[in-house]
Amino acid sequence: MSTFIAITISGLALGAVYFLVASGLSLIYGLMDVLNFAHGVFLTLGAYAGWAVAAHLPQQNGALFLVTAAAATAAGALVATVTELLLIRPLYGNPVGQILVTIGLDLALVGLLLGGFGANSRSIQVPGWLTGVTDAGPERIPNGDFVALGTGLAVLGALTWFLGRTRYGIIIRAGAENRDMVRALGVDVGRAFTLVFAVGGAAAGLAGLLNSVVFNSGLVDPMQGDQMLIFAFIVVVIGGLGSIFGAAIAAVLVSLVQEYVTFYAGGGSGLAQLGNISVVLVLAIVLLARPRGLLGRTA
Amino acid sequence: MTADRSPAVQAIGLHASIGGSHVLQGIDLSVPAGGVTALLGRNGVGKTTTLRSLIGLVPPAGTVRVLGHDVAGWPTHRIIRLGVGYVPEDREVFSRLTVRDNLRLAETGPGANYERVYELFPELGQRSRQLAGTLSGGQQQMLAIGRVLLVDRRVLLVDEPTKGLSPKFVSEVVEVLDRVRETTTVLMVEQNVHVVRRLARQVVVLDHGQVVHTGQAAELEDEDLVRRLLGVSA
Repeated sequence: MSTFIAITISGLALGAVYFLVASGLSLIYGLMDVLNFAHGVFLTLGAYAGWAVAAHLPQQNGALFLVTAAAATAAGALVATVTELLLIRPLYGNPVGQILVTIGLDLALVGLLLGGFGANSRSIQVPGWLTGVTDAGPERIPNGDFVALGTGLAVLGALTWFLGRTRYGIIIRAGAENRDMVRALGVDVGRAFTLVFAVGGAAAGLAGLLNSVVFNSGLVDPMQGDQMLIFAFIVVVIGGLGSIFGAAIAAVLVSLVQEYVTFYAGGGSGLAQLGNISVVLVLAIVLLARPRGLLGRTA
Repeated sequence: MTADRSPAVQAIGLHASIGGSHVLQGIDLSVPAGGVTALLGRNGVGKTTTLRSLIGLVPPAGTVRVLGHDVAGWPTHRIIRLGVGYVPEDREVFSRLTVRDNLRLAETGPGANYERVYELFPELGQRSRQLAGTLSGGQQQMLAIGRVLLVDRRVLLVDEPTKGLSPKFVSEVVEVLDRVRETTTVLMVEQNVHVVRRLARQVVVLDHGQVVHTGQAAELEDEDLVRRLLGVSA
């Protein structure tokens, strides 16, 4: 039973990271109909920014880790904003062009990272307590799991407040329903598009750092974003395109299934990928039963 | 006393296409400042496309002047911020937002006047926390009109404001537009000839994407003219 609880907490923590990545993807698609294949590299750049800042800090502690996290978040937001302004903005209404340019950007930035830092992983300095464990009866739960879980919940709360209470949140929800009418009320939808990209990029950057620290032994590598992006897309589709709560529910569903199957059924070396395969199976079942996802809007 | 005689809205040689179909084929339209100008015509002649072209929702070719500005090519929000309000056909309220949030979206500048909206449409005040998608058709029309009246407008483009409404709501909408026209120039697409007679000073009739008649609303008393231009009896 205690192992089950430990795996559940680990699954929820992974779900929190999936949610951070998927929420941005979902928001961007929901408002702008843009499938952003460069989202994974926003995550990677966030992790590298965290690594670079942490390397220049004298000694890691809680406060300085917040600085590292802020750097990762800011880097994701900055790259996403520049991407929207320079590459996506001229291509609104051209979905094929958007897909090609975001795939191209992803390949180019990953290539630059490989060229600049090499394929070897870099290690982020983190405070000691973050790599420690908390005793919970016979099980020992990594502290990083609690940090990831807390961050995911905080971001979900912040996004819920932002979308529900602020004027820009209202614009984003209205724009997802009828963009032309938002314009016809005198709203500059372009600004909302940039803001959504920035928010999505910020969440991805933070996810990059957490993914490295909590699930990758503090290591950063150029491909980590693209690996995560596949699962984030699955989460977005299961949750329903454009739905933040759908993304949250789907992130938990996907990560728990992945963790349980990996542990209980895939422990043998030949079955190591069973957890990942089970996620694809969940995707297929959800799409067959509910083609627009759990909480997605109707076309 | 001298009055500004320049038109509030003007289109010269206005062309517009939707999905490869050449809908507007050289519209020449002049809407004088003050009062209501009604845009009439059979279904599919380009009335709605004309309104949408004037505010850039359909890309226009030709000259479009709004309140003295050449606005062809401007983004829609910039034209609206000149002091233009647009009430679309079929209301297009945001069904998943509350009434209050629908109104809040129209707060694009200082001077948002919720009291005025709630005074014109008391029901909106009572239902401010209700989702707009759960309102009746008449209530949604009140919201569509109310949100453009949240801030002061100099020009109002209104597309079929009484379409599909019960007589009670038609009277209410007509009464509000009657008050609005005292301070605002209104260009209104309307199929209901009685409403046009009641509100409009000038009528412009479209056919096949062109203006085929411009005259005074009083001419609509002539049933033969109405039948010939609109294919309906008054």
